[in-house]
Amino acid sequence: MTKQYETVIGLEVHVELATKTKIFCGCSTAFGGAPNTHTCPVCTGMPGSLPVLNKQVVEYAMAVGLAANCRITQVCKFDRKNYFYPDNPQNYQISQLYLPIARDGFVEIEIGDTKKKIGIHEMHMEEDAGKLIHDEWDDTSLVDYNRSGVPLIEIVSEPDMRSAEEVMAYLEKLRLIIQYLGASDCKLQEGSMRADVNLSVREVGTTELGTRTEMKNLNSFKAISRAIEGERARQIELLEEGKAVIQETRRWDDNKEYSYAMRSKEDAQDYRYFPEPDLAPIVISDEWIARMKEQQPELRTEKLERYKSEFKIPEYDAGIITESKHMADLFEATTAICGKPKKVSNWLMGETLRLMKERDVEADALKFSPENLAKLVELTEAGTINSSVAKEVFEQVFAENVDPDKYVEEHGLKTVNDDGALQEVIAKVIAENPKAAAEFKGGKEKAIGALVGQTMKAMQGKANPAKVNEMLRAALK
Amino acid sequence: MDIMSLTAVELGRKIKEKQILVKEAVEAAFAQIEAVESDINSYVTLDKEGARKRAEEVQRLIDAGELTGPLAGVPVAVKDNMCTEGIRTTCSSKILENFKPTFTSEAVLNLEKAGAVILGKTNMDEFAMGSTTETSYYGATKNPHNTNHVPGGSSGGSCAAVAAGECSYALGSDTGGSIRQPSSFCGVVGLKPTYGTVSRYGLIAYGSSLDQIGPVAKDVTDCATILEAIASHDTKDSTSVKREDYDFTGALVDDVKGMKIGLPRDYFGEGLDPEVKAAVQRAVKVLEEKGAVVEEFDLGLVKYAIPAYYVIASAEASSNLERFDGVKYGHRAADYDGLHSMYKKTRSEGFGAEVKRRIMLGSFVLSSGYYDAYYLKALRTKALIKAEFDKAFAKYDVIIGPAAPTTAPELGKSLSDPIKMYLGDIYTISLNLAGLPGMSVPVGCDSKGLPIGMQLIGDCFKEKNIIRAGYTYECATGKEYETMAMGKEA
Amino acid sequence: MANIISDETIEYVGILAKLELSGEEKENAKQDMEKMLDYIDTLNELDTAGIEPMSHVFPVQNVFREDVVTNGDGHEETLKNAPLQKDNSFEVPKTIG
Ligand SMILES: [Mg+2]
Ligand SMILES: [Zn+2]
Repeated sequence: MTKQYETVIGLEVHVELATKTKIFCGCSTAFGGAPNTHTCPVCTGMPGSLPVLNKQVVEYAMAVGLAANCRITQVCKFDRKNYFYPDNPQNYQISQLYLPIARDGFVEIEIGDTKKKIGIHEMHMEEDAGKLIHDEWDDTSLVDYNRSGVPLIEIVSEPDMRSAEEVMAYLEKLRLIIQYLGASDCKLQEGSMRADVNLSVREVGTTELGTRTEMKNLNSFKAISRAIEGERARQIELLEEGKAVIQETRRWDDNKEYSYAMRSKEDAQDYRYFPEPDLAPIVISDEWIARMKEQQPELRTEKLERYKSEFKIPEYDAGIITESKHMADLFEATTAICGKPKKVSNWLMGETLRLMKERDVEADALKFSPENLAKLVELTEAGTINSSVAKEVFEQVFAENVDPDKYVEEHGLKTVNDDGALQEVIAKVIAENPKAAAEFKGGKEKAIGALVGQTMKAMQGKANPAKVNEMLRAALK
Repeated sequence: MDIMSLTAVELGRKIKEKQILVKEAVEAAFAQIEAVESDINSYVTLDKEGARKRAEEVQRLIDAGELTGPLAGVPVAVKDNMCTEGIRTTCSSKILENFKPTFTSEAVLNLEKAGAVILGKTNMDEFAMGSTTETSYYGATKNPHNTNHVPGGSSGGSCAAVAAGECSYALGSDTGGSIRQPSSFCGVVGLKPTYGTVSRYGLIAYGSSLDQIGPVAKDVTDCATILEAIASHDTKDSTSVKREDYDFTGALVDDVKGMKIGLPRDYFGEGLDPEVKAAVQRAVKVLEEKGAVVEEFDLGLVKYAIPAYYVIASAEASSNLERFDGVKYGHRAADYDGLHSMYKKTRSEGFGAEVKRRIMLGSFVLSSGYYDAYYLKALRTKALIKAEFDKAFAKYDVIIGPAAPTTAPELGKSLSDPIKMYLGDIYTISLNLAGLPGMSVPVGCDSKGLPIGMQLIGDCFKEKNIIRAGYTYECATGKEYETMAMGKEA
Repeated sequence: MANIISDETIEYVGILAKLELSGEEKENAKQDMEKMLDYIDTLNELDTAGIEPMSHVFPVQNVFREDVVTNGDGHEETLKNAPLQKDNSFEVPKTIG
């Protein structure tokens, strides 16, 4: 291969908004639930039912639009996108084509030290579809409308990305913005953030765009990354062979690591969009926009700066803690309770990260409460437990969110502060380890370590090592 | 005393005064249905059991003084495109043959609150697409005045039922004239309110931006009374308008002194049956004699309303009817090979010819490459038509014309030439495009004894003007129609 | 100008609308559509340049619901009219191969 190719990528990112109810009805958006339990006539397309727009959807969409530097469309409308598929109960999706809520924005990504702006073409509100479950044995599929009508925003980027790395950075950036706004939890594994990838290749140096394909069904960062590599290779191979890339929608199969064309005469992609007659236009005043700007919560960069100045924690730590809104919230709530930011940060940067890595847990999925972490900090600070016990207790807090006070009490892990009992054990240890005792007395400072260890062991760890050290020295004088 | 020859308000009064029991009213309606239904076919579904049970309940509430409104205990028929919980709702289509909604439409709920007793569901053109009630899967409805003629449509069942005394009043829906035209053909009073006045929640949509539910009644008083009961601001319907004034009966005033009435020349020109023209002109004269100021004027763009309407209505219908696919409710084909085959077979078996015709047209005008030329062009035309009416209503309180160019055609003569049939809606259709209220009031019969209707058109939210004019006309002339129930009195 | 609707167009619109027309129905549909489009083309006599397309007649705007859960478990009602159901879900022919 002599030619050099450049990959041109644009993304359509769908984000499920964190509203309590669906976009056009009062059904719950809670994840899970037995099939069709979160449904009503509106979200199942019953004849005669009509949609009424959830105001929170508009506000979340505006918030994301503003945070991504977009222009808000002050007269915006919904349109119908018509296509037959059983997950879509009306056989049209209420979406926005002609007047989407936000346009012309950008987010900035960083790759190493280089900053780059990725353009946002537009952002629109729409409803999610239901779920299809395919029966292995039967020639049937089952339809569950619990997700039907869950609000989505679709963020359409400009074709500004050139590599999987940039795509990852862009997605990560969007995730952080949206999470910090509280507009979505952006959990890929639950499908609350999904991406379709538009990709084309062209020879380096050319300015014209190549023919692009659209890949759907990408459910993890890994899948997106693999799909980009796979599709890039497929298109280059076609061009090298002198064949043309066909503009089409392809479905990524993550198991087979291959995308295949979704081609059927029956799915003519002609959506016959027209203005949704059942919904009134949305008119967004300057005041409303100003109010939304005012209400905008602290975003990641602001938070990072504040952690450094207010809590005096190192930039590196602040960076890691704020990488997940959930972890940042944990940090602030725990600090608010126990008042020891540095100690809290140490727990998060140390044991928490270690266990997350060991157990493959995402920061957003951390289960323990700030109350319990604060209790643990306090127990350690008061010397009620020693640091090795604290680590043992933390493992329980991490896994089960146990109450450290209760756990320490029930398992008898408190440091023994009864000098008499400790005195007895020390005497016994010295008697049983005459060699070490003699060495220490003879001036070999290191020998004290072995004696401390033996004492701690005899105390089943429930002693304060500093105190043991001190008492041993006194006894050996 | 024949119960079914009373108007709804008269019957309501007698029920309130304990001269008639609710049960007796309901039985009288069923007796009349028994007597004439085989000739007329106004109903798709009767709910005898439900109506009888409901009659007892309403009687109890009236006796307890909890129901005091003018319509308490009065039996009603509801067009079969309004959802009624547990009562089959078919839109006169095969595709919904066994569909029993799980909720009741807001307009019907409002009637129930007023103490109505629902007798059953009336026949219509399939999915309200038609002007004759001949496209029903459940057979055509006949005109009670002459059963060789159609009752008009699409609310033909509701209008025929009122004319034949098979109910005291009825609800219809009007997308392009579907209340006013059959009211005119059946010699009853029918009113299409301003768009947004009556909730569309539970009305199975044909053309969402045009559909409006309205009353079909024996006189203007009933019409105003029913409208007052069904109109409401409904938060479940985003196109529902919160009006300042719902006191429609307040307009039942026998006086039009100084009222400015405009007669559009185009509504009295070519294509209008001379007998219809003469009858409407006679009626206008009556209003003039009562003090109205009448003037002819040129209303522009009349001929463009129908093509614009068929683009918009068909486009919306093609989308609204996509939900009928055999997955969630209604008919599903017995044999199919895969998903798309199921869709196609189900829909092709379930829909009749006229519905398919409009779905095809609607899908085409919205398809890639045609949207601007057809759909946007129609929406722009709609804006121009609305502006024409705005101009007219700056000068006039009420615009008057015929409701239809002819009286009811014979059965079986209309469907073969759709465009000719569509032309019959020329006087009614533009009101739906502009959202205006309109009412058809009987003004006599032609030489064959078929009723003629005068259409009173008001500006948006000005139902009171047309009610007042219609009422004044009625007071001056006595009622110009006879229901079949009266005619056939034993 | 007379509109001509081809067999392909009728076929295509049938796919969009999910209608399967018999040979005779197709012929009728072609003729109906041609006549209707000729009729609709009279709109071209109107100069609508600069006219804003009017989708809503009234200036009703900003109709919203608050984000409060008002509906409970709806599965029974939702499935009441299902032509075919299984495991509280609607049963349809398999959607993927
Ligand atoms: Mg989308
Ligand atoms: Zn719902």
